[in-house]
Amino acid sequence: MIRLSVPLRQALSRLTLPVMLVFSLGCVLIGRADQNFSSHLSAALDDILAPAYMLVSGPIQAAEHGTGEIGHLFSLSEENDQLREQNAELLQWQEVAMALAAQNDALKASLHFMPSPTPEFSTGEVVADLGGVYARSVLVLIPPGSGNPQNLMGAVALDGRGLAGRVVDTGSRSVRVLLITDINSRVPVAIGTSGAPALMAGTNGPDPSLLYWSPGQPPAEGAMVLTSAEGGAFPPGLPVGIIHYDQNNQPVVLPLADLDGLRLLRLFSYPDRLPALTPIPHAGAAAAAKTNHRKH
Amino acid sequence: MARGSTLRRSTRPWRQVDAVSRWLFPFATLVFGLFVIGMPFGIPGQAALRPVYAMACVYFWSLYRPGSLPAPLVALCGLLLDLLGLSPFGVWAVLLLLLQWVTLLLRRKLVPGRFLLVWAVFTAMAAVSVTLAWAAACAFDETWLPTTPLGFEWLLSAGIYPALAALLIKAHRGPAAVELA
Repeated sequence: MIRLSVPLRQALSRLTLPVMLVFSLGCVLIGRADQNFSSHLSAALDDILAPAYMLVSGPIQAAEHGTGEIGHLFSLSEENDQLREQNAELLQWQEVAMALAAQNDALKASLHFMPSPTPEFSTGEVVADLGGVYARSVLVLIPPGSGNPQNLMGAVALDGRGLAGRVVDTGSRSVRVLLITDINSRVPVAIGTSGAPALMAGTNGPDPSLLYWSPGQPPAEGAMVLTSAEGGAFPPGLPVGIIHYDQNNQPVVLPLADLDGLRLLRLFSYPDRLPALTPIPHAGAAAAAKTNHRKH
Repeated sequence: MARGSTLRRSTRPWRQVDAVSRWLFPFATLVFGLFVIGMPFGIPGQAALRPVYAMACVYFWSLYRPGSLPAPLVALCGLLLDLLGLSPFGVWAVLLLLLQWVTLLLRRKLVPGRFLLVWAVFTAMAAVSVTLAWAAACAFDETWLPTTPLGFEWLLSAGIYPALAALLIKAHRGPAAVELA
């Protein structure tokens, strides 16, 4: 240990705070000058944290299920009745769906419809809810056998019911998904059967708002919202949500995905769909993205 | 006499380990808390808790045990907070350091003061920090972000400080007390 004289030590201890303040201001400047710097750092941090979160959230989920089972014992007969009713209802829907599928096949056959190839997807577990006050994102741990997570940049994330978000950051074993409720999220959508175009914009609240819909064709309450291929960032026809008018009489989208309780996400990569101008670099447009990366 | 000195020498490394772990206690609990708040509990407004928790810890330890949370560790916590919460890189490091600086300036008046005064000063400081964070996020995103999280964070910081302080005071007298090592 180095022995310093008392006045020198006092002067040093008085200096640390201003020096650290200048250092932090420098960090802010570096973060502004090079946006990749902080995203690289956070990807590295996510890679470290994801397995740790996995260790902790596993027992939490097990405990949740455990208490759930004990809780279910008391309402077993009620739940059985409810399930029987639901089952009968769903069987009716199954018949409808099978009839519609047959009709759809017949129509597609007569139109010589070319189905788009099924994209590759990998499934990851949501291990942490790492959103900030002004950001909504989740951390997804990619199992080691399912390829390189670096290829998942820009992948579309869906939970069991609908669109949840998009991959914005990739590490070596984890990815960060920006949810559709984030204030920076913009998704081109098609509304209802007519497929009227609009833009779904996140507000950091639970329900994203709807922008740029045509005034002559206002979205109807309860209409289905699907993604639109406009702009080329998303494949068409993925289920997003349902139109609802809020108390200010503005249309909002009620997302189908359970964004507050995400457990598993499927990440679909559509490699050829990204236009050159999207701020997310990928293999095909790496060169274009490099020259354009200051645009975002 | 000789026996006493040998005894003292043999216990010395353990005492040092004890002292170092006690000294590290505030920083370790602060980082661990930031980690725990990221777990998917599904509590509404969970993300808003993270900066509030960091502010309360930095304020408390700067007030009662400034030696245990020096500025470099505070800056490190701030950077961690920015990386976890996707706020502009470095902003919370600057804000936490400013909070610590102001706390150290007010220390002589606050430490002998009543708890209500300490609480009120923290609430005021939290309001200023949260507003500055909001302003920085607005400036860097070049949009007007909603102000509702501001009010929520402020209320949360006012509400949670007494509960957190009760825990931290226990830690201050027990596991974080370097002089007891």
